[in-house]
Amino acid sequence: MTTKMFGAPVARREDPRLVTGGGHYLDDLGAGALEAAFVRSPHAHARIVDIDVSGALDVAGVVAVWTHEDLPGRAGDPLPLLIPHPSIVSGVTGYALARDEVNHVGEPVAMVVATDRYVAEDACAAIRVDYEFLPAVVGVAAARDGADLVHPDAPGNVGAQLVQEVGDAVAALESAPHRLTLDLDFQRSACMPMEGKGVLASWDTDAGHLTVHSSTQTASGVRAALAAKLDLPLARVDVVVPDVGGGFGVKINHPWPEEVCVSAAAIRLGRKVKWVEDRREHFVSSAHERGQLQRATVGFDDEGRILGLDVTLWHDHGAYLPYGVIVPMNSAVQLVGPYKLRNYRVEYVSLYTNTVIVTPYRGAGRPQGVFVMERTVDAIADALGLDRTLVRERNFITPDEMPYDVGLLFQDGRPTVYDSGDFPASLAKLKALVGWDEFEAYREQARAQGRRVGLGIGCYVEGTGVGPYEGGHVQIETSGRVNVATGLTTQGQGHETVFAQIVADELGVRVEDVHVTTGDTRRMGYSVGTFASRAAVMSGNAIALAARRAREKALRIAGDVLEVDPRDLEIVDGVVSVRGSGGGPGSSIPLATVAVLSNPLRYAFDESAKAATQFGSPTTDPDAPPVARGEEPGLEGKDFYSPPRATFANGMHAVIVETDPDTADIRILRYCVVHDCGNMINPTIVEGQVHGGVAQGVGGALYEKLVYDPSGQLLNASFMDFLMPFASEVPHIETDHLETPSPLNPLGIKGAGEAGTIPASAAIASAIEDAEGFPIHAMPISPYDLWELRRAHAAGDLPSLRHGARDGGGADASATSDAAPDVPEGQR
Amino acid sequence: MATPAAPLPPRPAHPGAAGRVETVPVRLRVDGVDRELDLDPRVSVLDALRDRLGVTSVKKGCDHGQCGACTVLADGRRILSCLALAASYDGAEVTTSAGLGAPDRLGDLQEAFVARDALQCGYCTPGQICSAEGMLAEARAGMPSHVSPDVRDVDSPVELTDDEIRERMSGNLCRCGAYVNIVAAIGDVARARS
Repeated sequence: MTTKMFGAPVARREDPRLVTGGGHYLDDLGAGALEAAFVRSPHAHARIVDIDVSGALDVAGVVAVWTHEDLPGRAGDPLPLLIPHPSIVSGVTGYALARDEVNHVGEPVAMVVATDRYVAEDACAAIRVDYEFLPAVVGVAAARDGADLVHPDAPGNVGAQLVQEVGDAVAALESAPHRLTLDLDFQRSACMPMEGKGVLASWDTDAGHLTVHSSTQTASGVRAALAAKLDLPLARVDVVVPDVGGGFGVKINHPWPEEVCVSAAAIRLGRKVKWVEDRREHFVSSAHERGQLQRATVGFDDEGRILGLDVTLWHDHGAYLPYGVIVPMNSAVQLVGPYKLRNYRVEYVSLYTNTVIVTPYRGAGRPQGVFVMERTVDAIADALGLDRTLVRERNFITPDEMPYDVGLLFQDGRPTVYDSGDFPASLAKLKALVGWDEFEAYREQARAQGRRVGLGIGCYVEGTGVGPYEGGHVQIETSGRVNVATGLTTQGQGHETVFAQIVADELGVRVEDVHVTTGDTRRMGYSVGTFASRAAVMSGNAIALAARRAREKALRIAGDVLEVDPRDLEIVDGVVSVRGSGGGPGSSIPLATVAVLSNPLRYAFDESAKAATQFGSPTTDPDAPPVARGEEPGLEGKDFYSPPRATFANGMHAVIVETDPDTADIRILRYCVVHDCGNMINPTIVEGQVHGGVAQGVGGALYEKLVYDPSGQLLNASFMDFLMPFASEVPHIETDHLETPSPLNPLGIKGAGEAGTIPASAAIASAIEDAEGFPIHAMPISPYDLWELRRAHAAGDLPSLRHGARDGGGADASATSDAAPDVPEGQR
Repeated sequence: MATPAAPLPPRPAHPGAAGRVETVPVRLRVDGVDRELDLDPRVSVLDALRDRLGVTSVKKGCDHGQCGACTVLADGRRILSCLALAASYDGAEVTTSAGLGAPDRLGDLQEAFVARDALQCGYCTPGQICSAEGMLAEARAGMPSHVSPDVRDVDSPVELTDDEIRERMSGNLCRCGAYVNIVAAIGDVARARS
């Protein structure tokens, strides 16, 4: 019997190639191609008065210099607004090359194509652009203030605004025995994959065909966008995604200006043209995320049950809105987490600023939303003097309430309905894992040694696997080799391995015989892309369905040959045989032979093919067509998976920190994760995804922050200045899993890619607060920030935690607004 | 589109096409193969390998010496190849991840990275592995680190605890965050080799 592959911790088959330097990322391709470089705006907001390119033309090796007016046809139109959500009141997008105005530092203004990148860069330096400065709008507070505008047709700098409400939050707040208001600040950050963006465009002049390699999270999206922009038939454009050195969200936006410009140049010049983003370009011209100011007012009873919650999110979406409002939408809706909020009102105001665009970064708005909710729950526990896990438990949605309708519309426009999950069980596991109930003893012990420690918790629910669909194609060759294709792309998730595991089980073949291709429109044109923790759910299920079709056909053909009912057949290790027959002669047939027979041949190209020729099979009915009506030649299966709505994964993190009483250094002593993504295809890969998520979560909580000065210059646009965690900063991560299968899809799986990131800031804030004894309302928190907070606390400007009714009563609205009404950005 | 009037000039022999730069001959032995180059003295080892020799088993992450993706071994010592001038490595033996093994005969570190799931996108991995190789040699030679209990002890091999490994690998960024397993993989090899 074949070992079951689904659920097995199979080593990744892509790894031997990658560990020996055999990965082929974008910059490893296109030797000999012309190379492009871009002149980018040095100003955050300015009118372009004049561009003088003459200096660039004198540089030996320059092939072409383009400005906006050189962009052909629709390539010169504004870039698309990809997700036109109804809450968008003013959807402004940029141009592939700036037309009259620049709106952030780094916006592309001109392109040079030259014999190599060095020449192109030299020529860029010789291009002179005259600008007339306009006032820069930087940061949420300045955008909200609206004194200066980013775009004249976006009054108040508002790009989108939406209120969603379930129940009556205002009335519930008014009648609640206790109320609290929290003002919170969540920093701007960015994905920062090791490999930046990149594009290589090849134009086949004879065939009139454009082939584009791009380091993207959506091959089909780039293909459709380029065909539209460059006025080409879709059939004349293919997009191939090579190995991708990380994405984490930033590579889902498309088409990037460079994808349009480089492709247009390749067509015009009839040459291969390549552009690879350098690190500074990635900082100032790709995309950022996170940055929000938040206000939450909560009403609750004596037991800590939430009666009403009213939240406003002011979201900084940067200079343009190409990716719509997915980020603030996720913040607003996924804020709810595992809690029963029957009276919840949330409003987001998504604002233009003269900064880089904001598109999803791992978690896509959820870390911010979870931060609001979890800070609020901790504040309730503190106000009432209750254990933080007890307050959570009292507000949990229980398993018997599943499926649970949150009452809000999710980012895909569908109802937010949690399909499954057992939050009390997850919490119990987490408490056991971290030793929640024993922590006070540990704290005392540490205190006796002069050490300061704190315990924190963060819970989340995450909608994963959003539609509309993905497809799978499974083809069995006459050699027994199985080719699998799905359209979405891979940037480190081990798809070659997990999709092969699924097919090996579904077909009954050896996993080594299965070969997976992703992100190649030549192999699978219908696709959406890799984002929202959707690859395993969407493509995994599509591929399983496709494999089932191929299997069904194989059994039908084998049944004919063996003269048995297909229902009596099984496939084990690539051999079809009568169940229980032991696979002897006459009762079994290799799948490879079935593949031969599936394709009636006129010509025998080798020995095995003879069986499929017109003279090879003695049983052929001379009166029947060789390919039966309704059948297709070949042993293949193709299918699509399109769920009615997302499936909701969940998890909980607990973290123990130690803060240095003198230096305010913050050290993570333990990091514990309980995670439920339904059935796991490969636990090793899930664990890796969780580790990676936590690493980025730790980065977000303690280190990563993009800092703009008031004129819109990004002050820390390098790996030296934008701090990310290295091995020395990421703790050992302890994990435990719950597997609550999703009832929504055939494999019972949920997404896992973003999970680790989502509650990390909330959990670490909770732990630092617990260690320090005063509230933490802004992230990230560096030793310097903590030291400043200690000073403010010592000076009486920051209240202590109350640990419940220290003054003999609970919380009330007037006394508990424990932060300044508007936390100014850059206060830290 | 503005295009130069003259036909395409030949590809310049050096970066920064304007002006003439004297080139220097540079010999490198790369993953066991002798290579000869004539280079602008400003060309880095990284660009010499990738752009001039087509050796793509070394990757460029930041080009500023801040991420470690371009780490290679030069005469057995780990260097950031983006910050190293090729001209000053004339005659050096350069080893990239491809010189430490092949998919069908992985080196011990490579084997351990696969076994421990110490990578995801793989972009930083060639640098991680070269860095680990160099680091293991440093520890064997007794070089202390910031976290070594006694930095004056430079004679005996360092015991590579997890904290020692973390500290000594802290120049290699992995944005996929596979650190937990990277540390475990290197620990396995450190123990097996000792």
